[in-house]
Amino acid sequence: MWRVDLADRSRAELAIQVQKLSLWYGNFQALFEVDLDVKRGSITALIGPSGCGKSTLLRSVNRINERLGSYVRATGSVHVLGHNVLGEDVELARLRRQVGMVFQRPNPLPLSVRDNVLFGHRLHRADEKFSKSQEDEIMEAALRQVLLWDEVKDDLGQRAIGLSLEAQQKLCIARLLPVKPAVILMDEPTSALDPQATEALEHLIWELRGDYTILIVTHNMAQARRASEETAFMLLGRVVEHRRTDALFLTPRKQETADYIEGRYG
Amino acid sequence: MPADVGQPPTKTAMDLDVRGQDWYVDKLVSVLVFVGGISAVVLILGIFVFITKEGVGFVFGPMEVWEFFTSPFWRPTSRTEATYGILALMVGTASVTGLAMLIAVPFSLGAAVFIGEFATGRTRETLKVLVELLAAIPSVVWGFIGLAIMNPLIIETFDVPIGLGILNSGIILGLMAAPIMTTIAEDALKAVPDGYREAAEAMGATKWQVISKVVFPAAKNGLMAAVLLGVGRGFGETMAVLMASGHSINLPTSVFDSVRALTATIAAELGEAPVGSDHYRALFTIGIFLFLITFVINLMADIVIRGGGRKR
Repeated sequence: MWRVDLADRSRAELAIQVQKLSLWYGNFQALFEVDLDVKRGSITALIGPSGCGKSTLLRSVNRINERLGSYVRATGSVHVLGHNVLGEDVELARLRRQVGMVFQRPNPLPLSVRDNVLFGHRLHRADEKFSKSQEDEIMEAALRQVLLWDEVKDDLGQRAIGLSLEAQQKLCIARLLPVKPAVILMDEPTSALDPQATEALEHLIWELRGDYTILIVTHNMAQARRASEETAFMLLGRVVEHRRTDALFLTPRKQETADYIEGRYG
Repeated sequence: MPADVGQPPTKTAMDLDVRGQDWYVDKLVSVLVFVGGISAVVLILGIFVFITKEGVGFVFGPMEVWEFFTSPFWRPTSRTEATYGILALMVGTASVTGLAMLIAVPFSLGAAVFIGEFATGRTRETLKVLVELLAAIPSVVWGFIGLAIMNPLIIETFDVPIGLGILNSGIILGLMAAPIMTTIAEDALKAVPDGYREAAEAMGATKWQVISKVVFPAAKNGLMAAVLLGVGRGFGETMAVLMASGHSINLPTSVFDSVRALTATIAAELGEAPVGSDHYRALFTIGIFLFLITFVINLMADIVIRGGGRKR
């Protein structure tokens, strides 16, 4: 009986629980029985050389990799807040309300700043009526949280595509906040940005910790060190080592991890 | 290893001024391409000058401009009093084109969305080829379908005395214009970066929400251009309309009425009109009018597309 209780408790503390996840692109197997636990409210970084499957793992959590069509197959399970998102009864629109995503290349929609921030909000709460002033409040709160409000407040009707890349990426985070996702996935969110913008983004990501569970893929090991609490090192479709960030970087247990963080390959 | 490789360059003066065969071929091709390139422009200007010369004097001479456009009486061969009013013909063309667009716009946009956003792999490629094939059907074949199939069908279905009229030619013209509109609209949808769709899907938009809230707004200029080019096609189409519209001069009061189009009038009458006569010149004036309308429509389509390109 106590075993069940323990399992329930640990599951409640986990935002994401990946179990025995294998994934194929056609005949190519990208993930091999991956297990990964992500604690609620924490920032977990996924690192590893190109092609190690870290983006594939990330994209399995909101199932955005299924856009590629039916040649993507997966076995195993991915639980988000206790619900297996790979189940057949899962509505993708509902899942993606809970699991937001920030992409490598800032991808604001070709709409105004205002419509971008409220896009998800309007999708998911279409049955409720919001007055313009309520929408304004929601938008302002989101833009303030990503430290973008002062930059755009004078012209909220401008096209989001005309903003700087840094502002665009902040906007892409801001538009997730009004629907209050449990998890935010970030796929190399700063790789298109210059060092100053990267620093600003890392600062912002660090601020969001606690309110949101963040899983972030990064090519940049220094970034994982600076801006995450836990780090999982992946290689050839497997999670090699997953520990607290400082422990993983200071005293890696596996030889592959040590070699990678010392820059011997990748 | 051949013996001449690796030898030092000869010390004689360089022959920089020799023009080989390649040089002459290059010059010849340049000239040919230039002639080919400007010939289209020259020909269009030539056509414009020709029809203007033949027709423009007419509306400023024997005929009032106002009367020409507002009189519904087109009686060019009347012995007692020939009248040249194109109102009925304009209404004929406009009503047929209008109905055609009502049919073609939903069909072509639907087909473009299906091909561009839903169909994948082989289905998509097959459909694209089929649509292009449809666009290549000669208009006289469409007219034949209008006469031989649609006509009895309309007579039977709606219990009307004649099946040649706005309804028949509108449907035929709509089906004719739909393939080319589909192709252009699909190009417009394809030009929308996939990143937009991915972003919207990742935010939890359903397929339809992605299309209606993101793809359509992003592609609206191209879609507008597709519709405009369809309208231009409708105005300019001659043979199918001539065959399916009934070709009788009429200010229509219902979709079953026969009408006559501007283009069909020229096609049917120019051969019989004595060169230089009032009738002949009136037909050329209609030609100028059609030329100007299609020119304006195409120009608008072009501006709309460029407007979209600039913003992106």
